[in-house]
Amino acid sequence: MRRLEADVVVIGGGATGASVFRDCCLRGMHTILVERGDIASGTTGRNHGLLHSGARYAVTDGHSARECIEENRTLKKIAGHCVEETDGLFISLPEDGLDFQKQFVDGCASAGIETQVLTPEEAIRLEPSVNPDLIGAVRIPDGTIDPFRLTSASILDAREHGGTLLNYTKAVGLIIRLGYVQGVRCCDMRTGEMFEIYSRQVINASGAWCHEVMEYADLSVDMYHSRGALLIMGYRMNSMVINRCRKPGDADILVPGDTVSVIGTTSTHVEKDQLDNLEVTEDEVRVLLAEGSKLAPSMMDTRILRAYCGVRPLVSETNSSGGRSISRGLVAIDHAEKDALNGLITITGGKLMTCRLMAEVATDMAARHLGVTKPCETAKRALPGANLPEAMGRKTREARKTGYSLPGSSIPNSVAGSAVYRHGDRARNFMKEDSNWNNAVVCECEVVTRGEILYAIDKLNARTLSDLRRRTRVGMGPCQGEMCACRVAGLLASSREDGEVVLDSLHDFVDERWKGVRPILWGDALREAEFSYWVQEGLLGLSSLQKDEAKPLLEIQEPESEETQCEQEAKQTAQKDTHHEA
Amino acid sequence: MNLFKDSDRSFDSCLKCTACSSRCPVASVRPDFPGPKQCGPDGERLRLKSPDFLDEALKYCTGCKRCEVACPSDVHISDIIADAKARYGKGNKFKIREFLLSHTDLMGTMTRGTAPIVNAVTKTKTAKVVMHKALGIDQRRQFPPYAHKSFRSWYKAELEDKQVFARNVSYFHGCFVNYNLPELGIDTIKVLNAMNIGVQLLKKEKCCGVPLVANGFHKKAKANARFNTDSIEQAIDSGSECVISTSSSCAFMLREDYPRMLGETEGNPHQQVNYITRFLTQEFKNGNKPELKPVNLRVGYHSPCHLIRSGGVLHTLSLLREIPGLQLHQLESNCCGIAGTYGFKKENYNTSQDIGEPLFHQIEEGEFDYIVTDCETCKMQIEMSTSAEVIHPVSLLARALDV
Repeated sequence: MRRLEADVVVIGGGATGASVFRDCCLRGMHTILVERGDIASGTTGRNHGLLHSGARYAVTDGHSARECIEENRTLKKIAGHCVEETDGLFISLPEDGLDFQKQFVDGCASAGIETQVLTPEEAIRLEPSVNPDLIGAVRIPDGTIDPFRLTSASILDAREHGGTLLNYTKAVGLIIRLGYVQGVRCCDMRTGEMFEIYSRQVINASGAWCHEVMEYADLSVDMYHSRGALLIMGYRMNSMVINRCRKPGDADILVPGDTVSVIGTTSTHVEKDQLDNLEVTEDEVRVLLAEGSKLAPSMMDTRILRAYCGVRPLVSETNSSGGRSISRGLVAIDHAEKDALNGLITITGGKLMTCRLMAEVATDMAARHLGVTKPCETAKRALPGANLPEAMGRKTREARKTGYSLPGSSIPNSVAGSAVYRHGDRARNFMKEDSNWNNAVVCECEVVTRGEILYAIDKLNARTLSDLRRRTRVGMGPCQGEMCACRVAGLLASSREDGEVVLDSLHDFVDERWKGVRPILWGDALREAEFSYWVQEGLLGLSSLQKDEAKPLLEIQEPESEETQCEQEAKQTAQKDTHHEA
Repeated sequence: MNLFKDSDRSFDSCLKCTACSSRCPVASVRPDFPGPKQCGPDGERLRLKSPDFLDEALKYCTGCKRCEVACPSDVHISDIIADAKARYGKGNKFKIREFLLSHTDLMGTMTRGTAPIVNAVTKTKTAKVVMHKALGIDQRRQFPPYAHKSFRSWYKAELEDKQVFARNVSYFHGCFVNYNLPELGIDTIKVLNAMNIGVQLLKKEKCCGVPLVANGFHKKAKANARFNTDSIEQAIDSGSECVISTSSSCAFMLREDYPRMLGETEGNPHQQVNYITRFLTQEFKNGNKPELKPVNLRVGYHSPCHLIRSGGVLHTLSLLREIPGLQLHQLESNCCGIAGTYGFKKENYNTSQDIGEPLFHQIEEGEFDYIVTDCETCKMQIEMSTSAEVIHPVSLLARALDV
């Protein structure tokens, strides 16, 4: 069996795991990250993409609020190309009254969040899409953050500092000897190969799934899995984040993210065994639309692109009754201290906003055990791509008038600008004048070029169509991959040897797009779905290219060893239409 | 300034089928023009993110609206592009040129009494070079000659007192008939009088606004829309059955775009505007048809883009079919390329001529006596680029009365 060695193994490639990976590498620890699927394919990829100011927690959870505003400022500094400084409004509707607003402004003040109380007229002037019936509004420094880009940039930085990313690699067990966790047993989900990584510290950053890793060491944690559903609207309806100024409830945040707006969320409990099997229900869609249109009435006439849901990894410290009342605070457990099990650290709870802080806490623990004294740099050091010169892209509200471009380039603004928007100064790596067709647009809705796709395959570890989507937004526009899926598959096939594998990934991609469209199948979304079917099935005969169902995807050996169990799992993963995400 | 009252969200219905781009005359000759889908519905989603995503290539759009005809989802593609240019565009260096080309009524007024001199001067090589270099108006372009006497003064002097009929319509003659081709106005009156319908002029009229919109003068276009709407209302109030126009583009503007520019107007006066062939076909159908003598000519009919957009080609064709003896050939539906003031600009001249090439070729091959078309700028373009003479359907009809 193959054996690898490292100082630290990080389990989980979400925003937290990626940040831990980066922090460890920057401090000079030799680190390997294992992720059973692709990066940002769990909770990280299934949220609002809201750069919280903390204002939402100002009244109910002052500690989280303070954490948020601090990280908000940090992320604006270090992740400029993942963040848009849109600012946000907390609006009061007649049914809410203005009582909460007073508490809210006080709460923000004590958490150190700057506020500006606006008249309804001022609010409408700033954000024309807002419900005109509002009776008051408060402006706060909310923004938007792209979780895929944040994760991808963190991983890129880690890899450029010596880290190794193993995606599609599942941690199937811990190597425990004499009360010491000495490493992780892994399975390559593509080939079914089992291997071991020996390490001095294992950091469990698997979020909503962290109890599974802890079970490998017979440990447990009281997780409360709270599921939240969201809808993606067809275009950017609002330019500022719109929140309801009341106690947190369903569908009370509308976030303008990239070319779309996202309304969410709901909060319902979900059982542990249902974590990988989430579908948005009719009721959730109804609630999201009904409540969301109170924030921005035009939502009722706007196309919905898809619905998706994610799971919040909340850790209940008491036997709390509901998801909204549990703290969003981070939970870091050094099992050496808590359970006398050396070499294992678990970092969970928290939220996308605090992923860097969570990583700092967990990495501090690991560094202490390893005797590493180099201090954390992640709050000061810009992520790859974020070193944008002023002229290339500035993301403040005012600067949006002059922002995204590639200076001195003859490439059309929509093409060059989109690349800069997504990759910051790293866009120069693939946006070149002498392009050899690399500037040809592959995904027309989101303006993704051939060069960007090849860059993501080559430099960002993308192995499937869905991986490419997470790194480039390919297929995330109104047509949901109708026009670009096959083009991208062609590019992927030309750079990977196995065409069959690419074909599988094309099917997964199409199925997964379909899964998100199914709950909102009416109006323009229905027309679009039908047209996609004509193109992909009627014209291109996609299903006739599918492999024979009876033929196994992986060669299965004798069903007796541990490996085989893993292989079967790998097979299931390959067959299953994975997850539906943003 | 936004041209239309309500911000246009029709792009949200775009299915990405790309039918529009496949029908775009510009995209077929300019590889650097990404086509209406990319410039319109796709681009608009990006521009909502940031105005930075405005592509310079939008300036190559001619506004022919063929994309809107192709669209199965009723996306106002051409309007979205025009609006984006005006909203996000940073202007260009040919401000004077855009002003001169678009203020057609002002230019017409200035030639009053000086038309022969102006016509002679604009034909000279020197003037052409100066206009090319200083203004950006292509030197290869021929200017339409200005008439020595405007249609309006002609009407006031010779026609007005003869319009005593039980039924009356009002005539929005537009700038071209007034300053360049009064003959068409006179033919129109001749035809309508032969059908026992009197023709009144609007008390006052200004340019409909098509060239103003195309060149980004939205404020002026809106002011003109308001002005002309008042005149139309006045005409209807004083007994005109409807308002007719002999320009397919003016008629489209008055009827379809004004309500969207001004919002709901009481009594829907804009619905009273008719393109002439629509009105005549309706009258013919109702039995009010003058006696027509054979016109033994072989003619090719060219359908103007904006008439296609308004669904009016049908009416012109059925009108022409009423003329006995006429050998009518419908030319393939191709844009002539001039697109109003577009083809006058030096950076567009080649595009304009390339777009028109298939049409010019078909015209030269066809050995027609005349080319018939409804649009004044199509006429300019075809007469400049081919050996054909171009005539308006109403003038052809007027001949059937004469012969």
